[in-house]
Amino acid sequence: MRVLVCVKRVPMTGGRIVLTEDAQEIDTAHLGFTISPHEECGIEEAARLIEAHGGESVVLTLGAAEAEEQLRDAMALGIDRALHLDSEGSEWDGQATAEAITNAIRAEEAASGTFDLVFFGNESADAGGFQVGIRVAHALGRPCVTGLKGIAVEGSGVRCEQEVPGGRDVYRIPFPAIVTVKEGLNLPHYPSVPAKLRAQRQPVDTATPARQEQRLRKLRLVVPESRGKRAEVLGEGPAAAERVVEVLREIGVA
Amino acid sequence: MRALVVIERLADGVDELSLQALAFGRGLAGGPDVHALAVGEGGADLAPLLGAHGVSEVHVAEHEAFVSYAPPAVARAVVDLVERLSPGLVLAAGSDRGNEVLARAAAMVELPFAANCVDATTGDPLRVTRQRWGGSLLEEAELAGAPALLTVAPHVVAAAPVDGAEATVDTFTPTLSPDELAVRVVEHVRAEAAGVSLSDANVVVSGGRGTGSAEGFAVLEELAELLRGAVGCSRAVTMAGWRPHTDQVGQTGTKIAPDIYIACGISGATQHMAGCKGAKKILAINVDPEASIMASADYAVIGDLREVVPAVSAEIRKARGT
Repeated sequence: MRVLVCVKRVPMTGGRIVLTEDAQEIDTAHLGFTISPHEECGIEEAARLIEAHGGESVVLTLGAAEAEEQLRDAMALGIDRALHLDSEGSEWDGQATAEAITNAIRAEEAASGTFDLVFFGNESADAGGFQVGIRVAHALGRPCVTGLKGIAVEGSGVRCEQEVPGGRDVYRIPFPAIVTVKEGLNLPHYPSVPAKLRAQRQPVDTATPARQEQRLRKLRLVVPESRGKRAEVLGEGPAAAERVVEVLREIGVA
Repeated sequence: MRALVVIERLADGVDELSLQALAFGRGLAGGPDVHALAVGEGGADLAPLLGAHGVSEVHVAEHEAFVSYAPPAVARAVVDLVERLSPGLVLAAGSDRGNEVLARAAAMVELPFAANCVDATTGDPLRVTRQRWGGSLLEEAELAGAPALLTVAPHVVAAAPVDGAEATVDTFTPTLSPDELAVRVVEHVRAEAAGVSLSDANVVVSGGRGTGSAEGFAVLEELAELLRGAVGCSRAVTMAGWRPHTDQVGQTGTKIAPDIYIACGISGATQHMAGCKGAKKILAINVDPEASIMASADYAVIGDLREVVPAVSAEIRKARGT
């Protein structure tokens, strides 16, 4: 089978978000980057599927030149090769992102065959748009199930599980299909050193799609006001226990 | 301006987040021209309740597809109504299903979609403030085209009943293609009941990297049991394999709203705080008085959780005489 995973490079924000002076972006001068968490599970699942069923797995990102780092991370986790759509540094809205990815999938499939399954994250950690996978599925005319916490290949399709209050909802859709996944789908493994070294030599194909007009146009970012409180220190070490229990009683839980 | 609000139904009424979206939509529409879409049989029974939340007309989409959740079919019903009613605004709750249905509808009509808005101002173009990073950051943006499609972030406005008459009812059958009928819930697997659930617990005792190991959670479990609460954890703990993902509190885990959140050995990354900011009170137990979590905590104990937590449990037992 052939599987594609679409991922996004996002900063590891740590404890406090600091913006650039023009409030257009997070100041990432002192931050590391990672693959958006839901998509890490997409990579893990794709690698496992290919290991079990044979075939080829491909990872795709739309992002700055530096996003090659995340493509190599994905290959270190078992993905065979990578497609990099260079966004030339700017952020793209959901519609423009979906259009670029749709076109890239069409081109890739014309050359190498249809992807049975395409993975997206349910939403990116940073922009949280909740739409790119759905838009790509609509453009390609493929069935799409969102927010998966479970997936299993059944014949020529997939059984999909979504967590809902009280249990899990099950869907069954035929290939070729698109799924958006959530963290918790699986527990991603850590890459081995040989796998990391090998990933440095694996192929990355780059294209530079034209950026469409932005229809959800970002004006600026704002860090919400914090709760503005200073924690009341109840004490240090085990000696604080008595005061803690007083507080729990005041709140009505002890 | 006319607003159309997509309603999520419960067995016995309307989901609270949909009522919040109605209040948000009514305010934004600036008048009484508020329509609601309720999918499936019995939708008409909601007319009194929806009327009391300011809906003038409820449109009930009936089709055999709606016996179970069928997201593309719901989106098609939204699009049918958009064509018939020409609303300026289409809203839903910023829930899993609300975001999914509006994203699908937006794809069908080729319009932008803004998820999880906390504020909006009408105009051409419509301006929104929306959540990024699970609410740790806000974005001000303009939404081109009409209608504007947006979801309302949970708990940013309260549901607000008005002195409204019962909504009138319009029943219609959406025109669904075979493709739109193909994606649907075909089975529901019930979860095994297992103690207090994280999302409903009044008390959550949660551990981070500072617990040191899976075994390190034993003291947290003991305290949670004494307080009839649930045990939670940070993403670092899940990634290390110490606890299952179902215990994870955070942007990509469970979002909780307990009376008190007891965060033990948790530094307070934005990813984590996005999941626990709904807690009424936060008690941080941490060796580091400078940890980020202190900026969001109401109470703090500076110390090693492995000593502090058992001492708190012992103190509770002592007070109870057990």
